[in-house]
This record gives sequence, structure tokens and C-alpha cells, in this order.
Amino acid sequence: MPRSNSLTADHSLAFPGGYTRSVGPVIGRFLTELRDGRLVGVRTAAGGVLFPPVEYDADGEPVTEEFVEVGPDCTVGTYAWVPRPRPDHPLDRPFAWALITPDGADTAMLHVLDLGVFDLGAKPPKTLRAGLRVRPKWRAERTGTIGDIECFRPGVTAINAPVRADYRLSAGQALSRFLGGIAEGRILGHRCGVCGKVYVPMKGMCPVDGVPTTEEVEVPGTGTVTTFAVNNIPDPRAPEVPFVSAYVLLDGADIAMVALVAGIPAGEVRMGMRVRAVWRPREEWGQTMANIRWFEPVDEPDVPFDEIKDYL
Amino acid sequence: MSSDIAVVAFAQTHHTGEDSGLSEVELLAPVITDVKEQTGLTRFGFTCSGSLDYLAGAPFSFVSALDAVGAWPPISESHVEMDAAWALYEAWVRLRHGDIDTALVYGFGKSSQVRRADGESGLPELMTLQLDPYYLAPLGLDQVSMAALQARAYLELGHKEDDLRAVAARSRAAGRANPYALDLPDPGDDDYEIAPLRPHDCAPVTDGAAVIVLATGDKARELCERPAWIRGADHRIEAHSLGARDLARSESAALAGEKAGVRDVEVAELHAQFSHEELILREALGLGDDVRVNPSGGPLAANPVMATGLIRVGEAAGWIHRGEAGRTLAHASYGPCLQSNLVCMMEA
Repeated sequence: MPRSNSLTADHSLAFPGGYTRSVGPVIGRFLTELRDGRLVGVRTAAGGVLFPPVEYDADGEPVTEEFVEVGPDCTVGTYAWVPRPRPDHPLDRPFAWALITPDGADTAMLHVLDLGVFDLGAKPPKTLRAGLRVRPKWRAERTGTIGDIECFRPGVTAINAPVRADYRLSAGQALSRFLGGIAEGRILGHRCGVCGKVYVPMKGMCPVDGVPTTEEVEVPGTGTVTTFAVNNIPDPRAPEVPFVSAYVLLDGADIAMVALVAGIPAGEVRMGMRVRAVWRPREEWGQTMANIRWFEPVDEPDVPFDEIKDYL
Repeated sequence: MSSDIAVVAFAQTHHTGEDSGLSEVELLAPVITDVKEQTGLTRFGFTCSGSLDYLAGAPFSFVSALDAVGAWPPISESHVEMDAAWALYEAWVRLRHGDIDTALVYGFGKSSQVRRADGESGLPELMTLQLDPYYLAPLGLDQVSMAALQARAYLELGHKEDDLRAVAARSRAAGRANPYALDLPDPGDDDYEIAPLRPHDCAPVTDGAAVIVLATGDKARELCERPAWIRGADHRIEAHSLGARDLARSESAALAGEKAGVRDVEVAELHAQFSHEELILREALGLGDDVRVNPSGGPLAANPVMATGLIRVGEAAGWIHRGEAGRTLAHASYGPCLQSNLVCMMEA
């Protein structure tokens, strides 16, 4: 049981300035080559190549004096993914530790494997697997330590090709008229002279009958959610995730429009829920649908499913 | 030369997951008093301890622990800077000379005192100081990362992360039933600590101590109704470099087991500080599904570093002391990724 009457004090154990260690001819040769940008292993008496070099192989036999350049292509053996680096770790973003065997060597070196930029806590990426081919990333300034290799990184298997073309688009007559209405706080549509359906926004044509439409009608900013989706992928135009995008059938319209629904927890949005448009302040209005920030619930009974089933 | 040597008494602290406010000596004194009362002995032919100065942050810190033993008139004593299971091994070898008939073995550790500047446990970083200073330590490696490399190597053989979770769940449930172990919940949905290991796959930071009394022949029969006779003990070590060995297997554990005469084990206490280590050790020691492994909860339920291996011996001996098993196995380990392994076979 904790005893609160026990005094505590901070305490550190350190060699100020670090501890100077002799490295000897085998490790010294490796670190010298490393400083100069080369990976070398040492030939064992049995003919293998020990990497990184040490004075004796795993069977206890002294190694030869023959150093062999290995790599720079290397293969990943086992690995460990670090989703949240600890303070002493070499990177402050997710990375992997890996046992890395250079081509031409028979044993592996433990080092850092940088697979790119990931958010803290990221799951192990699919590209991380035994057999991955990697190369060292050298530091520009090298001093003869294992850290002269900043990390290993995969070979180039893909490039990022920029694609972009720029346009100036015309909305056309019908949509320009609709957005002109929106700029005045009005929601306009067309009624088809043949089938009588009201299209909001209007296209200038009835897509059912294939005839031009001209009879303008104004509908109110109230309507009914016919179906909806809960979005968990952030979108700069939308509220914080999870947010809801919905089909809203405006009162008097015969076609639902896609809109955001807010002002209610995502889990409480329902089919048949009554909503109204929330407009931005008038001084922010332009000829854009952004004038309507989103739809939010109104205190009315839900519309029965039968009445909206044809508008999903 | 005496070959009949037995564990005749065992005591351990109620281990804690945080600093209990007791010094090392204060942790140790009650359990040493406990085994003195169990055996009626106040003096021992030989005393040997295992501890780690780096846990206390002071060189030769173990010498002050002798205050808990009582070392006047001067006693015959030794120390290993290793888990106290290796102190037990030294005492076992010493007793085989036949000129003394009792030995006291103890280990202790307060891992809770190892703190990073940000207040989190610094134990995984402290374990970096045991590594090769040329190729490994400068990387900023930590103990959990190294264990995760081994876990991944083991999973690559076709095993599943759920196999690891099952070990953790069984160990924590057993630990909750063990009054000396920590009270840890069933494994939850925690994110990876270092993939593929999750927090429940890693032994908890623990403070604690443990003591064992060994005795030979008739002295053992006099001190204990059912002595746990050590029929074989061996320890083997392999290469330090993780890149120079097959991490998915433990050849050193297999060889130590073979030399210690592992056969027909009923209960095994394994020094597995990570859940995959238990599975690797089971394979190395040939322990089938009929063997009860870590019924105490094992290190995943309480890991007082430097006493954890000795506790395995004490727990395994307890089954024989209570007359509940005829042949048990204790295992201890140190070094990155099960570098060194000790196996101790005991019989009724």
C-alpha cells in the first residue's frame, strides 16, 4: 500500500559529455567505412559475411581480416511498428524498427525504417512486410557512428504525377436563374407543363417528358429528409465528422436535393424527419448554394415512410 | 559432493504497480523474516542475491540490502547482477560442494523508480543500457521495440495476434486470483504499444522482492514436509545481436531444457515478460497443452524485475510443497529477446 510519509527526490545517473569507448580494428573499420558512405561486412572463417562486423561469429570463431562491401540494397527481415514514438526514439512520427540484411551479407543489422509521414497512432502500413527492399539514407555530415545512417527507406516503386487543368465554367441559363434566386434568399424551381412535377433546382427541361419547362415556382425552405448518410471522412466544406448529408425533399418540390443536416447528433437523424434551411447572414450571401449553411430539425412530427418512399 | 538439494521455503512480497513508499531493504526484510520463521533458521551456510544497480541508480546498491539479512558475525555471501534465479543457480552449485547444508537466496527490484523526465516509466529505455554500445544503444532502441521485433518474427511463422491476446488474458485472470500479483483487467481494445504488441502483451512495471531457502539431504527433509528437489538446472546464452539469431525460436531455452532434463512436466512457471515469449518458450521446452503454464499469472501479472525469475522457482516449488504436483519446471531469462535462459526441474 502506498505510504504517503515516504520522502521522494529526483535522481539522475549520467556520464556528463558521454563515455569514451575504444572500438578496436573490426568495429573501427566498419564505422570508418560508414563515415565514408559505405557498408562493409567482415568475412568469417567459414566463408560467410558477418554484418555489422564483430570480432567473433556466433559460433565463437574469430573473423578474418577481409572486409567486403555489401548493399546498398538490403532486405527487411522482422520488424516492429512504432505508432507513438518514445522520447528517445530517432523519429517523432511513426516508423518501424527492422532487422536489415544488405545484399552480400549473411546477418542483419537492427536499424530505423522510415516509410514516410503517418499520423501519430497510425496502424502498420501495408507496405511494411518481411522481404521489403530498402536502402540507407545517409546523413550529409557523418562522424563514424551507427547514426551516420539516418534511416533505411524503401526503393522507388512509384512516383506522384501532378494532374491539373483549369476552367471557367458556365452554369447555363436555368441554373443561373436558380442561383440568382438563392442570392435573394428565394428557392426557385420549374413545373413541368406535361407531368406537373416541380424540379428544384430547375434544369430548364423535364427529364421525364423531355420537354422544356418555363413555369417558375418558389418553394419554401422547409422539407423532409428522405434518406441520409453519416460521413466519417472529413470534408473542408462540412462540419466536424461525423456529419450527415441527406436528401431533402423541399415542400412543394418533386425531387430531393442533397444537403447537409446539422443541429442534431448524427445518430438521431431519421428518414421522414422535418427540417428547415439555415441561411447564412444576408451580408455573406452570393450567387451560391453556400448561402444555405445546412438544414436543421424543426419541431414537427416525422412524415410517414409511405409519403416519401418515391423520393429516396 | 551433495546432489540432493531442494527448495524448502519461499516467500514473496505483495507486489505493487507503483512505488509503495518502501525502500529496497524495507521491501526485503519482511519476506526474509518470513522464510526464517518458516524454517526456524537464523543463519545460512551461504547467501546469494540478484538485483540491478541501475534500478536504484547507485553502484553497489545491493550491499545495503544485506541489512535485511543480518550480516554479523560476517557471513558467506555472493551477488549476481542478474535475476535472482541465477543467484539460486550459484547457491545450488555452492551447495553441491557438500560442506554446507543451507543457502538463502533473494532478489528484489523497484522498477517504479525509473522515471523519464516526462514522468512516464523509463524502464523500457533503461533496458537500452544493457545493449551493445556500438550498434544498438545509439539507435534509441527500447525494450518493448526489441520484443516487438521478436513477436513479429514469431507471427511470421503463421501465428495470430489473438494467440498473444489469449496468453495475456489467461495470465491476467490467473494474476487476479493470486494475492501476490497485480489486479489487472482483461485485455481491452488498446492500440498497439509497438506493433504487433499491445499494452496487455507487456509485463507491467512492478515493485517487489522474493526469497528462497535451499537445503541439502536430511536438512531439507527436516525443514520441509515435502521438499521440492532440484533434479536439474542449466542456463544457456546465445548471440547478443538480434540479427545473428533466429528470433522466432529460442535455441538457448531448448538446450537449457535438454540439459536440465525436462520431461513429464505438470506445471511450468515461465519468465515470459511478453506474451509471445511464453509461446516461443513452450515450443522450445516441448510443453504441450496438458502442462499448466504460469498458474500464478506469471510476469504478465507481476514483474518485479530481478525477482521475477526467482519467483518462478518459488511458485513452481510451491506445487510440490503443497503436494499438488510431482514434477514442475521453472524458467528464468534475461537479455534482449530471450538471449539467456535458465531452466530448473524440480520433483517431489
